[in-house]
Formats: sequence, structure tokens, C-alpha cells
Amino acid sequence: MLGWELPPHNSGGLGIACYQLCRALSKQDVDIEFVLPYQADYDVDFMTVTPTQPTGNAASGQLVGAYDSHWYVPGEGGRWPNLHAPGQQYEQAVARLAEEREFDIVHAHDWLTFRAALRVKELKHCPIVLHVHSVESDRAGRPDGNPMVQEIESLALRLADQVVAVSEHTKRAIMRDYGIPADKIEVVHNSIDTASLPPLDTDNAYHYLSAMKGLGYRVVVNVGRLTIQKGLPNLLRAAQKVVEREPKTLFLFVGSGEQYHELIEQAAGLGIGRNVLFAGFQRGKNWRDAFAIGDLFVLPSVSEPFGLTPLEAIGYGTPVLISKQSGISEVLNNCLKVDYWDIDEMANAITSVVRNPALQNELWQNAYQEYKRLSWDEAGAKIGRLYNRQLAGATA
Amino acid sequence: MSKAVVFYLHVHQPYRLRHYTVFDSGVNHDYFDADYEAQTSNERILRKVAEKSYLPTNRRLLRLLQENPEFKLSLSITGVVIEQLERWFPEALESFRLLTETGRVEIIGETYHHSLAFFYNREEFEIQVDMHRRKVQEVFGQTPVVFRNTELAYNNDLAQWADQAGYQGILAEGWDPILGWRSPNYLYQPAYTDRIRLLMKNYRLSDDIAFRFGDRQWSEWPLTADKFAHWLSEDHKANLFNIFIDYETFGEHQWDESGIFGFLEHMPREWLKTAGHTFLKASEATTACDPVDRVDVPQTVTWADTERDLSAWLGNAMQSSSINDLYSLRDTIIGSNDLALIEDWRRLQTSDHFYYMCTKWFNDGDIHAYFSPYDTPYEAYINFMNAYRDLQFRLAEKGVLV
Repeated sequence: MLGWELPPHNSGGLGIACYQLCRALSKQDVDIEFVLPYQADYDVDFMTVTPTQPTGNAASGQLVGAYDSHWYVPGEGGRWPNLHAPGQQYEQAVARLAEEREFDIVHAHDWLTFRAALRVKELKHCPIVLHVHSVESDRAGRPDGNPMVQEIESLALRLADQVVAVSEHTKRAIMRDYGIPADKIEVVHNSIDTASLPPLDTDNAYHYLSAMKGLGYRVVVNVGRLTIQKGLPNLLRAAQKVVEREPKTLFLFVGSGEQYHELIEQAAGLGIGRNVLFAGFQRGKNWRDAFAIGDLFVLPSVSEPFGLTPLEAIGYGTPVLISKQSGISEVLNNCLKVDYWDIDEMANAITSVVRNPALQNELWQNAYQEYKRLSWDEAGAKIGRLYNRQLAGATA
Repeated sequence: MSKAVVFYLHVHQPYRLRHYTVFDSGVNHDYFDADYEAQTSNERILRKVAEKSYLPTNRRLLRLLQENPEFKLSLSITGVVIEQLERWFPEALESFRLLTETGRVEIIGETYHHSLAFFYNREEFEIQVDMHRRKVQEVFGQTPVVFRNTELAYNNDLAQWADQAGYQGILAEGWDPILGWRSPNYLYQPAYTDRIRLLMKNYRLSDDIAFRFGDRQWSEWPLTADKFAHWLSEDHKANLFNIFIDYETFGEHQWDESGIFGFLEHMPREWLKTAGHTFLKASEATTACDPVDRVDVPQTVTWADTERDLSAWLGNAMQSSSINDLYSLRDTIIGSNDLALIEDWRRLQTSDHFYYMCTKWFNDGDIHAYFSPYDTPYEAYINFMNAYRDLQFRLAEKGVLV
């Protein structure tokens, strides 16, 4: 298994998905060695974690992550981070490892590990499964992302024995962007391990919001990277329309990203500066409590391969509004869904929930029933079957 | 008649906000109390400025006053800096008091909190001017008769207000689009007023000291006291040279190494060498000669930036929306009768908070020219709004819904 990150050193959902998928696969009697580009202590008993760099630490490896594909440029050094050299080092280290190890199949997660997977295929002629958690056009927020990254995705996906997409949405993107035939792509939806969600404390870290809720205010929450793909300017424009009708609505944004300054100015410019709170990047309690403090969680993504945060919100007691352009909308039924560009409808849905506690409660109760049935086991079983097909094909 | 220099220095330090997050709102009300080592520590900054600027400058000014009976100057010193000096550096405040004891140092009136209240709430503005007058009476034993508004923000309305409030004089930027062909080196009268006189800053001469003094690329560098005095002498008809500068020019904006203190020590003597040359306090200047013309300023003029308007404080949406939000709380805040709450609200009115949110230079990438304790204008805004929300919270706790 080739991956770029694992929790707790993850920059987003990619690391969590890899971790949970491997755990589910281990129940299918799959023996996994997970190769990471950085060294860290992992308390993982269901697989072997191998760093490609014996020295170094997680922090330097995580300076930029797989999402920051615009930082994959030729050359090295300079004042900006660059993923090019780490990518090459990883590829070479994986090639060395491949010579030493015995294995049946290579399963690689997202573009940064694809070159290494191709290299192993060349060396060992084993099947490679490429797992797509996002494509370059998602990360760039427009059709023309980093051409070098698109080149890697294009070539690797063509040469792959099997492609896995985290949603139908992503499968369509792979077909659209790279012309990969539909029957080569299997959709394996991400999921959530409901038992792994740490419990809430009795007191919420957002004291101000708790107090204001006591005074009749309602809170709408977004948790995630403040980046173009997430569609947050549209949420702010919807927020303005909500505040016009329901002035006692507060919007909490938790996360950081390149749109941080832009969103702050936009909120002020829309005249809703006092209704919009920016908490910055948070982990642990402050992160969990953000979901819990909400009356509604909104994921307005322009393009979201899957989208784990709405499930986490439901787990912490908050109903969700998601864009139809998210993979999660294929899995979740009891939620509100709007097109990311339909600001009026988004405002309408938010206003309805903050005005109507019965609707809020009903949405959450039903979503929670769905949530409780979710597990990674189905995804694990699907991937297990897919491995068997590959191995049968390889020997045939 | 004789030629006079009106030498006026402005002393101010705000209460900066500490790093104050959403997790502080509703929990901690100590917005202004950063740790001593923090970038936003008011105590640390005040001590630094007092040691680098106030004490060495006042020592020299006192000697100049003692040695030159004709040397005079005017000072504006905000209520918020007086308070901070009382609390953390009484010795520095005493050094200002010693200057005024000579009888040749005049204190100019302004708002206690260095606010832009004039443009948002006239009643609040008048309260802050009154608070400042009382503080000046208490500390310096004199009553201001000349007025300056925060950042020298001036227009016809302000002049009318000051006229009716009984001030003899008012200060403004001698900005070319207002003066047209006229020179700032005379006494003027504001349009639509009866008695009050207008002193207009000669920004070229003032900026030679305040901004260009230490600039080695400047064609006139090094600026010596006799060269400066000579420039003044070259305008044969002028009555008044209004040199208005930030006090911190001495030792803080222009470091000791630049020779700024040597310039200060010699400039008065060089000027007074010639018969007929003198110094006047601002109030004396208003009666020393007759006004030569009326000056009409329908739009607000300040002493900042090439625009000379309020855009450094109110130019972007973060600034204008947050200041509007702040003043919209006034009736409920005053109605609360909670003095601590009212005082925190007034400290948030200090214009510096809005200046820190300015993006004019930040967008140009010229971040070093940007004088702020915050890394970005966005951080300044986030901090401010979190403190603002805590004010809301404190009102809500009292059962006042806003």
C-alpha cells in the first residue's frame, strides 16, 4: 500500500480514508505494508507501517500535503515548498523496497504515489490498483490544474490494472478528464468508523456561541480547508441572505487555507462581519466542538470527491446541508441538498432549518439512523474482491 | 511683523488588542492585556517608546526651554497615553509636566481616546473631548483653547463645531488641493465661522523632519539645523511656519543614530539667531496676526498618506463595517451604566485599531512599511471583531439584547 499520510499527521480526509480502509482490509485477511514518505510513531497493529526516510520527522513531511499539487514544480530549494523532490525520493525508496519484499499487489493512493506504483509495476510486473481520492481539477478548482500533475494522473490511470474512485462523482471526473473507460473504474465509497469518533465533553469550547444560542441565536458551521474547491464564497453570499431574514444567525468557519483573507474581506464587504466567526485551523476538542455547536453543518463544495465532514457533523449531533456536487450526496439521503451555485436555494434551506427546530431535529434523527449503519467493512470487502479478481487475472 | 515657528508635537499610544480568538469571546474580557513579552503588550511598547523617545526628547526640550526664553511649543497628548504613562512610567509623564511648568508649552485639545467619533456620533465625540479637557486640567493644570481632531481629520463641520465650542484655533493639514495657490505659512479662517482661526500644517517642512530626515537617498541629506533655518528664512513674506509632527519622530521613527536629537538641540537656536524670528504657541499664533483668507473644506482632510483622506482608517469593508458595528452599540453600552464596559468600548474606538486593518500597503507587498503589531490586516480585523462580540456578550449578560 503506497500512501502520503496517515492520521494523526494528516492534512485532510486522505489520511483518514487510507487508515480506515486498511483496517477494514485487514479483516479480509489482507496482509498490508503501508509505505509512507515520513517517519513517525504509529500505534497500528493491523498492518506494518514503513517510512521511506529513516530519519526526519512527520512535521517536515507534512509541510505541504497531497492537496497542494500546485507546489509540484521542477527544480528544488528556493523559498517555496516543493513536492517534486519528495515525490522523487519516495519513488526511488519504494523501488528499493520493492526489490527486497515479496507481495502480490500494489495499491496506491492519489497522484503523489502513482509514479512509485508505475515503477514497481515495471520492476515486478505485478498488478497495480490506483485509488483516486481527488483528481487535479478538483484540487485546482478549475479544469486546468498543474499540467505536470495531470500528466502523472493521465499516464498512471491509463497504465493501471484497476482504478478505484471514492464516488460516482469522482469516477465521472476521471472519465471526463482522462478518458479512462467506465468499466476500468470501480466506485468504492468512503465511509466512517462511527466508533472512532472521540466523544464530546460536557462543556463546549465555543463559549460565546453557546451563550448566544441561549439567547436565541442559531449557529451554522463549516469545517474544512478554506480553498477554492470548497465553494465558501457562495456560502457567504447565502449567509447574507439568511442574516437579512434571520439576523440572529451566526456562521462559524473552522479551518485555514489560501482563501482565508479573501473570505474575511468578503464577509465584511457583505455587511455580515459581526455574524461570521473565523476560528482558524483547529484540532482535537476545538475541532469536535465546532461540529457539536452547530444547528446546521454546511458543505457547499464546488466539487467534492467524497466529503467526510458531514458524517462527522451527524455523529456529533448536527444535521447537514450538502452540495449535489459532492460524493457524500450519493451515500446520504436524510440531508438537504442544493447545487453549489444556487445561492438562493442555499439561503432558503439554511433559513428553513434555523427557523424550524422540528425540521432540524427530524433531519438529524433520520440522518443519524443512516450514520449508525455506516462502516468501512463494505468498502473493505469490495476491495478484497477486487484484489482477488486482479490476482486471478494475473495468474490466468 | 516677525516670523514665527509654531512647533507642535503629537503624543499618542493606543491600547492594542492582544491575540484574542473566538475561544476568548464570552470567556475573557481582558482584550488589552497581552503578556509582557507579546508583540501587542502595551506596557512593553510604552516602556520602549518612553525610554527611546519621551525621556531623551523631553530632557532636551526642557534644556532648550531653559536656555532660550523665546522657544515655545505645543503638545497634544491623548488621554489613553496619559493613562498608560501614569500606570507604567510616571517618571515619563512627569517629564512632560516639567515642560508645561515653564509656561511656554501649551496642550492642544482633542478626543481622550484618539477616536474618529466626530464622524459617527457627535454626542460621544463631545464627551470624549470633555474627558480629555478634564484629564489635561488634572495633570497639567491648563485648559486647551486650540483643537485638533484625531489624525488631523478636518472639515467645515468640525471647524464650525470648534468655533461654537469656544476654541480660538484649530489645526489642519495644509494640503494643496484645499489651499490651491495659497501658502500654508499664514493665518487663515475656516469658512462659515465667526471667531476661530485655522493653522495649516506645512507638510513639506514637517515631513523633511518626520520622514526624510534619516533617508540617505534624499538629495538634501543630511538635514542640518542651519540649513533648515535657512529654508524658513527664504520665504520672505510668510508669518507662520506650522511644523506639526508626531512626537515619536524623535528617537523612535528617526533613531538616535540618525542625528535627530542633535538637530532638535540646534534648530531653535539657529532660527532665533536672526532678529525678528521667534516661536509661538498655537494659541498665540491665532492672535499674532490677522487671517489672510477663508478656507473652505467640505470634504474631510487628514494628515495621512498621499490621499490625505480617511481611507487609511475607513477605506476597506473590514474597516467601515467594524467601525459602524462599534458605534451602533452606543445607546445600549451607555445605557448599561457599566463603566468598565463603556471604557472598553471607548478603547476600541481608538483609530489605530482601524489603521491596523488597512490593506492599502499590504496588497502592494510593502509589509515592512506597515506599522502594526499584527502580522496581517485580516488578523487585526478578526481580533477586533472577537473583542466586539465579547462586548455584545457582556451586554447580553445584562439582559440587553443587541
